Amino acid sequence: MAINAVGRDIPSHIEGYGDTTNRLFAGAFARIPEGNRDGGKIRAHGPKENGKLLSGIREAIAASGLKSGMTVSFHHHLRNGDYVVGQVIDACAEMGIRDLTLFPTALFGVHKAIIPHIKSGVIRRIMGSVNGPIGQLVSEGGMEVPVVLRSHGGRPRAVVSGDVHIDVAFIAAPTADRAGNISGREGKSACGAIGYAFTDAQYADCVVAITDNLQPYPIAPISIPGIYVDYVVQVESIGDPAGIVSGTTRVTRDPLRLLIAKYASKLIEASPYFMDGISFQTGAGGIPLAVTAYMKEAMMRHDIRASFGLGGITGYFVELLREGLVEKLMDVQSFDLDAVKSIATDPRHIEISADWYANPWNCGAAVNSLDVVILGATEVDTDFNANVNTEADGALLHGTGGHQDTAAGAKLTIIAQPLLRGRIPCVTDRVHSVTTPGEVVDAIVTEFGVTINPRRQDLIDACKEAKGKDAVPLVPIDELYARARKMSGPMEPVAQGDRIIGVIEWRDGTVIDVVRQLA
Amino acid sequence: MRRTMLYLPGNNPNMLTRGYLFGSDGLILDLEDAVAVSEKDTARILVRDILRRGEFGSCEVTVRINGVDTDLWRDDLAAIIPCKIDGIRAPKIESPQTVRDLDEELSRIEAASGIEVGHTKIFCLLETAFGVWNAYDIAKSSPRVAAIIPGGEDLAADLRTNRSAEGTELEWVRRMLIIAARAAGVDALDTVFPRVADDDGLRREVEFIKSLGYDGKSVIHPNQIPIIHDVYTPTEKEVETAKKIIQAAKDAAERGLGAVSVDGRMVDVPVVKRAEFTLVRAGVLPEQEKGR
Repeated sequence: MAINAVGRDIPSHIEGYGDTTNRLFAGAFARIPEGNRDGGKIRAHGPKENGKLLSGIREAIAASGLKSGMTVSFHHHLRNGDYVVGQVIDACAEMGIRDLTLFPTALFGVHKAIIPHIKSGVIRRIMGSVNGPIGQLVSEGGMEVPVVLRSHGGRPRAVVSGDVHIDVAFIAAPTADRAGNISGREGKSACGAIGYAFTDAQYADCVVAITDNLQPYPIAPISIPGIYVDYVVQVESIGDPAGIVSGTTRVTRDPLRLLIAKYASKLIEASPYFMDGISFQTGAGGIPLAVTAYMKEAMMRHDIRASFGLGGITGYFVELLREGLVEKLMDVQSFDLDAVKSIATDPRHIEISADWYANPWNCGAAVNSLDVVILGATEVDTDFNANVNTEADGALLHGTGGHQDTAAGAKLTIIAQPLLRGRIPCVTDRVHSVTTPGEVVDAIVTEFGVTINPRRQDLIDACKEAKGKDAVPLVPIDELYARARKMSGPMEPVAQGDRIIGVIEWRDGTVIDVVRQLA
Repeated sequence: MRRTMLYLPGNNPNMLTRGYLFGSDGLILDLEDAVAVSEKDTARILVRDILRRGEFGSCEVTVRINGVDTDLWRDDLAAIIPCKIDGIRAPKIESPQTVRDLDEELSRIEAASGIEVGHTKIFCLLETAFGVWNAYDIAKSSPRVAAIIPGGEDLAADLRTNRSAEGTELEWVRRMLIIAARAAGVDALDTVFPRVADDDGLRREVEFIKSLGYDGKSVIHPNQIPIIHDVYTPTEKEVETAKKIIQAAKDAAERGLGAVSVDGRMVDVPVVKRAEFTLVRAGVLPEQEKGR
């Protein structure tokens, strides 16, 4: 056992994960890479080769050379509407392939259909976000090997650096042609950006595109070019449009969320970053979206234009682009129909890969240029450490997403959330799991006001200067914690066993925390 | 100021503990219509405990008790008055006698709890035609009366009509109550605007009641508060003009002059009073304790 830089006891060896001695979290920017990038297998599809188009998923699996014990990757741009993971794993099971390492960017409720394959041993290990039912299964000890959680930037870092080698990448392709050129912009399963799939396409030994919209060669525009793609399979359907994108994203009318959003917006306005050229990421959650709405008003009042909006893009962001309040959008995944339409038609709406978005080990990810990010968390503690992975009962139910990456990159990282959810306090003295360290979290905003990390005295001073209707109500962290405790009463610690069922990596590949099996 | 008084359901701890955060001028912890009959006791205990904690920011704190036509109101008063609240909102007040009954009970509890007798104000809801007819007498029936408030749904039912988007059915009631309130020297507060998603409709209604002279409005949803405050907050131009008027009046008084003019308009006593009132609403001048 050894204590890492956020005070967590990490065993020197984790069964099914490996040695951690040289991979203890040592600080947000402590680990510096050495050596060369990893590479996939060289392939040569010459003019005399047979076409890439195969008749079905089983044929593609056979052609890819996929065998028991290998690593297969998937991407969550079809979110809770995805049929591809299920179809591929079903086919593997039928073909007698076992002991697979599943390397998805994220799994959702729709993927609960693969639970029988976990139980039967077709899937032995998962490295990726496990949202919902699979997370619950893992938390209760349903897998022998711990799940490895990586951020949106940490995952491509792991691929590029060789921590994870992908044998076969299966890419859901809303539109493709016979040469394997892929786009997410059109088709009945259109999802907009397909940013999570880029790195896997470049680094996997074999890449299979699965589409339900095969178009004549060449399609345009092309997101992932066919030079990376070995095979193309046409299927009836790759997903359920209702689960892929939502309808129009609307700003919440929940008064508590609006109040929190208003305080967050006041903090941003009082900060030194609120000026022409500001950039921000606000995501699709209720509070962040409402912050965007308040910021829009403030930007109009002060005649300020933002240089870019980043991350998962919603129709609300698209509106800001159209109205000229934001100059560009950098989009790794498009959340709703308006965002899908916009990325398909507006050249200022730029598709970016997860590597480009958030990888700490490249020549400068987009998050590094970010001024402000609004994030959520299941809980934060008095050291400003944030937990987004485990729930109040200790269950591992959520992926890391871009939380670590944007927090590390942005100049102002805000966690905005109610002080309590139901009777559960969201501010504690010690979070159950650390996802993101307090060293990269600048402020917590609740309905009781704005709580600034004491290491950001500059922000505290800036807030104190704001007067009148721009005043920012400041609450010290100890007072916030005391208030939460007073409202909730004392909480029993989460009952858990010893066995490690999840490893939370910091974006640089070090272990920031582990998750143990529920008692 | 009583521009906004926010109703908080007496059986909802979430709202009861956080309601003050939304920035209304006052709160109404509701034991009446928001609470089902089967939950009356629970809500009364909950509201009492929340009142004991006493965390309400700068809000004026009131409780809407159950009507004097029920057998619940004495229990309500016995539970909440010892917590020393600013006032009670009493439903279905029809006559001065109802107020005097409440007054008597309040005095008894206040005396027994070591609270200054007369501390707890009464906000009278006039929810029947008979109550509206008696508005002035009700407003004058006790020094505790702080405001009279027209009913909404109940009153519309008693008038044998429905509530409309335009508020036609309440228009005359509103006009009558402002006169009764001013004549009696109490506040006139308006009923709630029930269509919580209709921001434009709310703004129109608030502009109307403000033009009649109402001091504020009952609020059913926190999102209504900023809209109402916005209507009631004087514009920068109005504030500037008001400051000029007060300065001009001061100068005139110092130089021993009578009436003066500002921007071509005669400034006399009512104009100065109105200017002062504008500055109070703008938060420039402090609010004076209402003398009775």
